[in-house]
Amino acid sequence: MPLKSIRQALNEALAQEMRRDPTIIVIGEDVAGGAGSDGQRDAYGGVLGVTKGLIGEFGEARVIDTPITESAIMGAAAGAAVTGLRPVAELMFSDFFGVCFDQIFNQAAKFRYMFGGKAKTPLVIRTMIGAGRSAAAQHSQSPYGIFTAVPGLKCVVPSNAYDAKGLLIQAIRDDDPVIFCEHKLMYDLRAEVPDEPYTIPFGEANVVRDGNDVTVVALARMVHYAMTAADELSKDGIEIELIDPRTTSPLDEDTILESVERTGRLVIVDEATPRCSIATDIAALVADKAFAALKAPIRRVTAPHTPVPFAPDLEKLYIPSPEKIAAAVREVYGYGR
Amino acid sequence: MPMQLNRDDLIRAYRSMATIRRFEERVQEEFSKGGIPGFVHLYAGEEASAVGVCQHLGPKDYIASTHRGHGHSIAKGCDVGGMMKELFAKQGGLCGGKGGSMHIADLDQGMLGANGIVGGGPPLVVGAALTAKTLGNGHVAVCFSGDGASNQGTTFEALNMAVVLKLPAIFVFENNQYGEGTGFSYHCGSRDIAGRAAGFGLPAVKVNGDNFFEVHEAAHEAIERARSGGGPSAIEVDTCRFYGHHSGDAQLYRGKDEVKNLREQRDCLKHFRTRVSEAALLEADALDAVDAEVAALVDRAIVDARAAESPDASELLTHVYVSY
Repeated sequence: MPLKSIRQALNEALAQEMRRDPTIIVIGEDVAGGAGSDGQRDAYGGVLGVTKGLIGEFGEARVIDTPITESAIMGAAAGAAVTGLRPVAELMFSDFFGVCFDQIFNQAAKFRYMFGGKAKTPLVIRTMIGAGRSAAAQHSQSPYGIFTAVPGLKCVVPSNAYDAKGLLIQAIRDDDPVIFCEHKLMYDLRAEVPDEPYTIPFGEANVVRDGNDVTVVALARMVHYAMTAADELSKDGIEIELIDPRTTSPLDEDTILESVERTGRLVIVDEATPRCSIATDIAALVADKAFAALKAPIRRVTAPHTPVPFAPDLEKLYIPSPEKIAAAVREVYGYGR
Repeated sequence: MPMQLNRDDLIRAYRSMATIRRFEERVQEEFSKGGIPGFVHLYAGEEASAVGVCQHLGPKDYIASTHRGHGHSIAKGCDVGGMMKELFAKQGGLCGGKGGSMHIADLDQGMLGANGIVGGGPPLVVGAALTAKTLGNGHVAVCFSGDGASNQGTTFEALNMAVVLKLPAIFVFENNQYGEGTGFSYHCGSRDIAGRAAGFGLPAVKVNGDNFFEVHEAAHEAIERARSGGGPSAIEVDTCRFYGHHSGDAQLYRGKDEVKNLREQRDCLKHFRTRVSEAALLEADALDAVDAEVAALVDRAIVDARAAESPDASELLTHVYVSY
């Protein structure tokens, strides 16, 4: 099977779906780039190149460069979705939800409920998450916990190229609004990705690694850090079961609970801040529904309750590390023994 | 008479305006009596705006509305019985009792919803117009906003985006002189919504909202321009509201006798009656018959709404997602 980067996998998913369904449009800032200039059209293809080449195949009517105008982009996508298109809108950095959240949070997410089940809003919002590039406090956050907290939204957080393609195609075919989070440091990460289109259902976690000692739940880039930690821990005979939920809404509660029933020990790794977060949500879930199985306190390895710092040394401290993950697993593993 | 409106057109316009007036007056009474939960924002006084615009639209054209959405819904063809049940939060309401006055919607009639967010509608209309342009189906999308929403950033973004993408969108600003309880002369820096809209690069006109025919004419021009690929337009309708921001508003911000004077001097229904009578287009009898007909329609809607059941408890959890 061919090796492809997450960038290639996403581009392929978009192109294949756009060929299949003429109602799919891509809309956002510099999704092609070069509109109204003397230089190249498709100069960017998205700031990280995910939508490169689409305008050449599908034209300006379906690959729509917009002004820098996030409320209008999100509103246009929501309004187009509820009237018959299947827009894939780009919110360049997820941090920018702060300027346009009304159109997502009060409008798109709530149409179906407010209108008594009459509306369908098949909208995908692709957006970048993640720290690690010294992009500082307004270009580095991972606010998927906020999206997950909104009834009516679905939220996808892939960790590899195979999942990225299958989940994006699922997101495009899904009839509900989906926030699709792409980690900015993972676009070049490669995996085996089939050439043909395929879907991965929402709400089905991937058990990345089997183990019986400690359950570890991690998302996006943290899956890879947890794998690094797992290799170290394995040398000492500690085998973690690593679960990648892949979607935070819906969340595959069963896979997490079944694993904790077996291991009795849980560590959750999350690059986002800890208050009212995915890590906290999963901890509450397990405390609620698998309390009797727990042999140790639940540990969360997360960013601190701070904005993302600019200084590379501080940012390194901010992001959970394989060492911190391994330390938390050892603590939980050793508890009560 | 402009636009060569025939007798049927005139009756249809009057029926729509009279239905809105009756609906709002009766909702005010019923709200005061109790039985309508939440908040209602009444449209009485502004009827010529909704009807003057929506007369040019079909069910596949889209409108987005405001807090004050009953008039737009009726003008767009929503069922009065279903609307009343929605206001009373009952089964059979247009949204099954889950939206209420502030979220009343009917996608089958192209009504994309009243909106609880001031300035929530303009970006959505950009999207509906983008659908029409992408599918090339000749439909248009109209955004009703108040003077209050004319100050929201979402409105500015939507105006610009509609121009940039040359969309079949029409932005109608119903300037009823108040954003909630704050006067237009204070809250709108330029005191000129149409002028400000024109700054975004689209044709914008100001019309007298007491005069149905003036609204109708301006809307015709803007909608035809949109349908024929000429891009977006804006219309500022100078209008007034006969009730408060919401039902129950003490209206302490109003001047003495302000509402009394508005009702005497700026009633768009009275204006319509006078115009069509003077031009001998419709007889008083025909208009009176319409009044009686819509009164019966609205009164029956209230009786039916009061008698209808509340939503089943199971409805709490339905319609969050298509699938989950």
